[in-house]
Amino acid sequence: MNCKTPSKLEKILAAGHLAVTSECGPPRGSNIEHIVHKAGLIKDHVDAINITDNQTSVTRLCSLAACIKLKLMGLEPVLQMVTRDRNRIALQSDILGAAAFDIFNMLCLSGDHQSFGDCAQGQNVHDLDSMQLLQTVRHMRDEGKFLGGGDIDRPPKMFVGAAANPFADPFEIRVPRLAKKVAAGAEFIQTQCIYNLDKFELWMKMACDRGLHEKVCILAGLTPLKSAGMAKYMKNRVPGMDVPDDVVKRMAAAPKEKQPEEGIKICIESIQRLKEVEGVRGFHIMAIEWEEKVPEIVEKTGLYPRPKVD
Amino acid sequence: MIVADKKPIEEIIKEIESYNKVLILGCNECVTVCEAGGKKEVGILASALRMYFLNQGKEMKIDEVTLERQCDHEYLEEIRDRVDKYDAVVSLACGVGVQFMAEKYQTLPVYPGVNTCFLGVTEKRGLWTERCQACGKCILAKTAGICPVSRCAKRLLNGPCGGSTKGKCEISKELDCAWQLIVDRLKALGKIDDYEKIIPLKDWSTDRAGGPRKVAREDVQL
Repeated sequence: MNCKTPSKLEKILAAGHLAVTSECGPPRGSNIEHIVHKAGLIKDHVDAINITDNQTSVTRLCSLAACIKLKLMGLEPVLQMVTRDRNRIALQSDILGAAAFDIFNMLCLSGDHQSFGDCAQGQNVHDLDSMQLLQTVRHMRDEGKFLGGGDIDRPPKMFVGAAANPFADPFEIRVPRLAKKVAAGAEFIQTQCIYNLDKFELWMKMACDRGLHEKVCILAGLTPLKSAGMAKYMKNRVPGMDVPDDVVKRMAAAPKEKQPEEGIKICIESIQRLKEVEGVRGFHIMAIEWEEKVPEIVEKTGLYPRPKVD
Repeated sequence: MIVADKKPIEEIIKEIESYNKVLILGCNECVTVCEAGGKKEVGILASALRMYFLNQGKEMKIDEVTLERQCDHEYLEEIRDRVDKYDAVVSLACGVGVQFMAEKYQTLPVYPGVNTCFLGVTEKRGLWTERCQACGKCILAKTAGICPVSRCAKRLLNGPCGGSTKGKCEISKELDCAWQLIVDRLKALGKIDDYEKIIPLKDWSTDRAGGPRKVAREDVQL
């Protein structure tokens, strides 16, 4: 498989390895050392690190600056970019900014609605949607052109990804939606956190039946649960999240001080099972404010050491 | 229609309390249908204001007029001979009417009596919901007759997002997910395969983004 970009993530996937990515949320302030610290906890155990873009619409240090910092540390960032906060001028401009620092991965998202965040009275932009952002990055990379038609001097070389949520409704269009993202230019997918493995496997099978697993690298998303309370919160309060009752029960059955351990155990078992699922090309471990647990998860699932690629 | 909602009376009082003669001006079109600024609401507001100022011991003349429309010259002209008698007007028309009134009577203070909300429908008595944002380039042909610009909280042209749950939007369990509605209707029409057609980047220059808009039709101009 030929690589279209210098992305390490792309190379690892192209070589047939199971990829491992993780994510770090930037701080609520300008002390970038927080992100340096978080990245330091996981850097030897993952191939690339997503930096979230004002996740849950709470204002934070910008994803691009944090990605540049990681890049300068010699790490492999994945720039997350939402269409909520920028119009097509700003999106293209930030893509070039990332490209200037040789950031080679990007995840195209629409973003949570601003009503969830700290600026609920703000405007949202949504000049483009996530599908059209995929098209935009691919256009800039493959054609070397701006949306306006002008030539780009030194076009961005982004390995382009998108999110997929197999658990949101309506379920019957979740695979067609994946197909649509692939058609728009997605080369890798990082899924929503998987707790309902049966449903994920059904979605994967439907994707494989359409041959989508051969067109796009699907990384299964996992978030270890810290407590039964978190499981219930995710189940009841987070839109588009599917936490089955037996997972909540299992977490609740553990004594409170053992619940974090139980959550890690569930995460490890999930990865072990999903490694065998056709079409799963890697894992995206989103240990929310719990980055220190990523190495243990990666090691205990046999995904360590990480492969070296040129 | 243009849907509006009543402004809190305290807000209106603040705007007009320094005057002595105020006209409450209703509109017989959209704001009448949505029960925010028609003859009935003009009467209710005028009575409430009279009572308030009476209690305050302030002499305040408050008159009521409801025009056929406030977005046409001819109807606004109907009050030309009377407006001089007033210090100010509270227009219960939509923002369009308020502005046209202000444009026409250059030296007369005009205040809005309603909040203009959206272009929508009457779902049932007392419940109005949005259907259109007047983007100037209708895409309903591609979205099964349901508008994602006005009805999706993120105006996704290629939705639904990952927050769609049991037919509802991620921002409120009260709110239908526009893309669930689109998918349901595509299925009903036997056109679900159309879902996979990517809707391209939208030209928003006909929307608010392009600046104030106009429609000029020479064929109907006199």
